[in-house]
Amino acid sequence: MKNSPAAQRFSSPLWRDRALAASALSEIERLSAVAAQKTGGQVNFMEVCGTHTMAIAASGMRRLLPKGLRMLSGPGCPVCVTSQGDIDRVLALAAVPGAIITTFGDMMKVKGSRGLDLNSMRERGADIRVVYSPLDAVAIAAAGPGRQVVFIGVGFETTAPVIAGAVARAKKAGLKNFSSTAFFKLVPPALELLLSDPENRIHGFMLPGHVSAIIGTEPYRFVAEKYRVPCVITGFEPLDILTGINMLLKQVVSGKPSVEDEYFRAVRKGGNPAAVNIMAEVFSVCAASWRAIGTVKATGLEFSKAYASFDAVKRFRIPYCDAPEPKGCLCGKILLGKALPPDCPLFGKACSPSSAVGPCMVSSEGACAAWFKYGN
Amino acid sequence: MCLAVPGKIISLKNGDAEVDFNGVKRAVSLDLVPDARKNDYVLVHAGFAIQVLEPKEAEETLKLFEEIYGKDHGDALSGPLSHIKP
Repeated sequence: MKNSPAAQRFSSPLWRDRALAASALSEIERLSAVAAQKTGGQVNFMEVCGTHTMAIAASGMRRLLPKGLRMLSGPGCPVCVTSQGDIDRVLALAAVPGAIITTFGDMMKVKGSRGLDLNSMRERGADIRVVYSPLDAVAIAAAGPGRQVVFIGVGFETTAPVIAGAVARAKKAGLKNFSSTAFFKLVPPALELLLSDPENRIHGFMLPGHVSAIIGTEPYRFVAEKYRVPCVITGFEPLDILTGINMLLKQVVSGKPSVEDEYFRAVRKGGNPAAVNIMAEVFSVCAASWRAIGTVKATGLEFSKAYASFDAVKRFRIPYCDAPEPKGCLCGKILLGKALPPDCPLFGKACSPSSAVGPCMVSSEGACAAWFKYGN
Repeated sequence: MCLAVPGKIISLKNGDAEVDFNGVKRAVSLDLVPDARKNDYVLVHAGFAIQVLEPKEAEETLKLFEEIYGKDHGDALSGPLSHIKP
């Protein structure tokens, strides 16, 4: 692949070109001055996706943006939005005798309400394995039919179809010892939650590129049409992000909100129908419990009737208990774009990546971890 | 967590593909992109290809960046950014 010209288009240094970025930034400077007149002084955009939060922080662009333009991090870090009650359920599953827990690495350090996390459960002897793909978990189950294998499924529309695909394979293989959690959240209803808040002050959404690769552009139409808020589906390279900001500014200036697609090399209008179909076969829409927001109807996914036997929470009868969030932690406000990490009294003092209090510091793509690591 | 990486399908076997990520090869499920073929570029998330990528669209994006931000760029408000539409 290294020598193929087609491959070079995806890994070209042009995506990170300094001269082009400098020009993009001066365009942002110019447009944001005009946009600020429309919004009454301050322009607030929200990057909804945790992967964007990390990409923005790692590029160092936040300190190059004009003062009047603020990028807020949204509720798009899966670990961060998982409620304390669901985190406690993950830890209860890890305590099931003889079970093998498989998870993405991001979940390992999130503390439950009793101060334990998956790392400390592993130190106490639980069999917890970090995997790259839920298919690795299915393979572990197939190789050892004598033991129950549980995959910790959290995430948005990017990850839900992938886990649906793994569950469908487990069903096809007739595996009786594989199950998963379905702590999934949906992005469009999360946007509606933010927009229906009377205190909302978001002037545009940088929409998640990979969620949109699955669901397409249409599910966001209400944001522009009903709430009159600009939307740009954006890729993850520095120039993608700077261009996404410019396109949002342009919509603010023109006063004509719409859903634009900057990441058209991966995002089609209709998304990925095969992925949407498998997600709809294995899961169905349900109420979901969000950190700091609470339980909101029709904002998440649970196992469908046909796949209910793969629901780890049902198989091991793990109840849901409301649990308080860590004291003094501002993760909830940060997820809603109402505070920035340095506004939190714990940030960088009681709460840092080596001893994190809230999930926004635990998750590698949480807003607080990104601010801490890259010193925004 | 929604990280996804582009790679090239170099061989196919029972619905799975071997995908080359800039020299690193991995098995990837094509269950979510049933129309993907050998030599296609795919976006891969957690072991599954989630979309087929068109190199010419990547090239088009890069060309747009050069047109908008290159030395003799015009006014981005009326310029090529307006071509980027769903």
